[in-house]
Amino acid sequence: MIETLALTKIFPDKKRGPVRALDQVSFRCEPGKIFGLLGVNGAGKTTCLRLLATLLQPTGGTAKVAGFDIVAEPEKVRAHIGFLSTATALYGRLTAAEMVSYFGKLHGMDGALLRQRLDSLFDTLGMNEFRDRRCDKLSTGMKQKVSIARTLIHDPAVMIFDEPTIGLDVLTARTVIHFIRDCKARGKTVIYSTHVMSEVEKLCDAIAIIHGGKILAEGSLEELRQRSGLRDLEDIFVQIVEGKP
Amino acid sequence: MNLRNIRIVYAKELLDLLRDRRTIISMVVVPIILMPAIMISVATISARSVGQARQEIPKVMVIGGKDSPDTLHGLESLKTLQLVPASADYTNLISDKKIRAAVEIPSGFEQDVRLERPPKVRIYIYEGEMKSMFAAEAIEQFFRNRKDAVVSNRLAAARLPTSTLNPFDISRANVAPPQKVSGNIVGMILPYLVIIMCMTGSIYPSIDLTAGEKERGTIETLLTSPANRTHLVLGKCLIVMTMSLFTALVSLASNGVAISIMNRTLFASSKHSPLMFSVEPSSLLAVAVLMVPLAVFFAALMVAIGLYSRSSKEAQSYLQPMLILTVVPAMAAALPGVELNTRFALIPVLNVSLLSKEVLSGTYHLHYMVLVFASMCVYAAIAIFAAVAAFKRETVLFRT
Repeated sequence: MIETLALTKIFPDKKRGPVRALDQVSFRCEPGKIFGLLGVNGAGKTTCLRLLATLLQPTGGTAKVAGFDIVAEPEKVRAHIGFLSTATALYGRLTAAEMVSYFGKLHGMDGALLRQRLDSLFDTLGMNEFRDRRCDKLSTGMKQKVSIARTLIHDPAVMIFDEPTIGLDVLTARTVIHFIRDCKARGKTVIYSTHVMSEVEKLCDAIAIIHGGKILAEGSLEELRQRSGLRDLEDIFVQIVEGKP
Repeated sequence: MNLRNIRIVYAKELLDLLRDRRTIISMVVVPIILMPAIMISVATISARSVGQARQEIPKVMVIGGKDSPDTLHGLESLKTLQLVPASADYTNLISDKKIRAAVEIPSGFEQDVRLERPPKVRIYIYEGEMKSMFAAEAIEQFFRNRKDAVVSNRLAAARLPTSTLNPFDISRANVAPPQKVSGNIVGMILPYLVIIMCMTGSIYPSIDLTAGEKERGTIETLLTSPANRTHLVLGKCLIVMTMSLFTALVSLASNGVAISIMNRTLFASSKHSPLMFSVEPSSLLAVAVLMVPLAVFFAALMVAIGLYSRSSKEAQSYLQPMLILTVVPAMAAALPGVELNTRFALIPVLNVSLLSKEVLSGTYHLHYMVLVFASMCVYAAIAIFAAVAAFKRETVLFRT
């Protein structure tokens, strides 16, 4: 479960003055569901997810992730999340197995438990072929699989995806989409940010349209269609963002 | 303090760095091969060129002296000089290194000497040019001998003993053990080399583990782990410190080997010369111990600077001035007259440089050793605090 309460983030900027990247954002993501954060570049999606992953500290408000407060218990939050974005790269000089194992160890796993979990993940994701190959020698698809294994090694209850398919080819993007669906099927809480409408339509149980750091609309796709009187998500999005009636 | 996480980060970073060719070059190739090779080459080349210069019989021009045949004949009979015919452009010939020196014998030289009207012999040289200096030395020696002969004759004529002009002798006697003498020379060079290697050993890994991680996007991956940020940065500082210390110690050992090679080859003929370098193992051990807080200080400082930088290039631009700032105090040991005192013992790098010099020459001032070690520990602690603080600041980690 993820629950944000008036989550606010202001970045200091010498030229522009304080920049309100996230403004009083409140929403709730349920376990076993995919919550989509839809917005254009610079809308505040990454800031919101970085706050939930405790990579950043909020200026105001707070959030609970997997039952832990992001301000008071950041380490416990991180112990219960899997964070995947195109910015979370791999250590090129480590092999796929070493990379996943390193993060398993940082999550407190060791010995037989870590080996067992590693083997199971590599079998499931079909990674045994490149298990001992260095990450900088892997294809984009292989790298994405290693990143997925890295986020899953500790079997987190909450998964945070920040535009995970950006820049990926169709086949690799499909692997990621399958993985997100699989997380939902396993009852994990999933929050997913993107600006690709088709992905939201395919995946999300609930959608929040974010713009200028604020949540402008929230609900299921059907609820948004009913409220806007439009069918196409892109039309709905443009109507909400541009503030047209 | 979770030592397990620090250990995990340390082991991973060690593996990661050892797989990087650039680390091997900066940690192994430079200190083990390149530095001693440069040292031996420079010493060999200089020893060889000094030897060759000594072997050469310099061409010297005599200007004037036709009315002083004895002097002229004396100069001509010298086997250490090759006289060339006089010409008016002797200054150009010296500047063009066609002749090494010229000696001007004033008109009526021998007569003036006889009449006790002291004439002036002038030697023209190329200042700073080794072969010209050797030529001048030979000419001076010739005239000194003649002067001594004239003085002896005059004393004999006046029935005075030679002790009239030389009522007593002055001589120098070295009481310092040979180890201290050679240690003093080694102490001028070695601290500089080891301190610089200690610093350069920390530059590459610190950039790679901080700004490099930012550039490659792995810092964000690392920050998503539940490990406490203090433990993450301590693991990084520890591995940079290991690399720094390893480079410094390897440099210390390889330069030691280089010195012993030079002793056996270049200086083998002059066994009692101060050039026969030898250093007590206990002195080397003391220097190695001194390097520990220095390596921690460099490592944490570099990590803090690397974290602040947006990219490896930016980190390099910050660390280059740091290298220059380190070179100056590191060189202090080689400067004449700069000695360790309480004020200098509190200045980082300078204190290690001066104390290393003392220790290598066999002088152990316990209070300075404690003061330098303690002050370096304090500086190292401040640098660690700065690195930890930088790693906890999101404005530093996500600085774009």
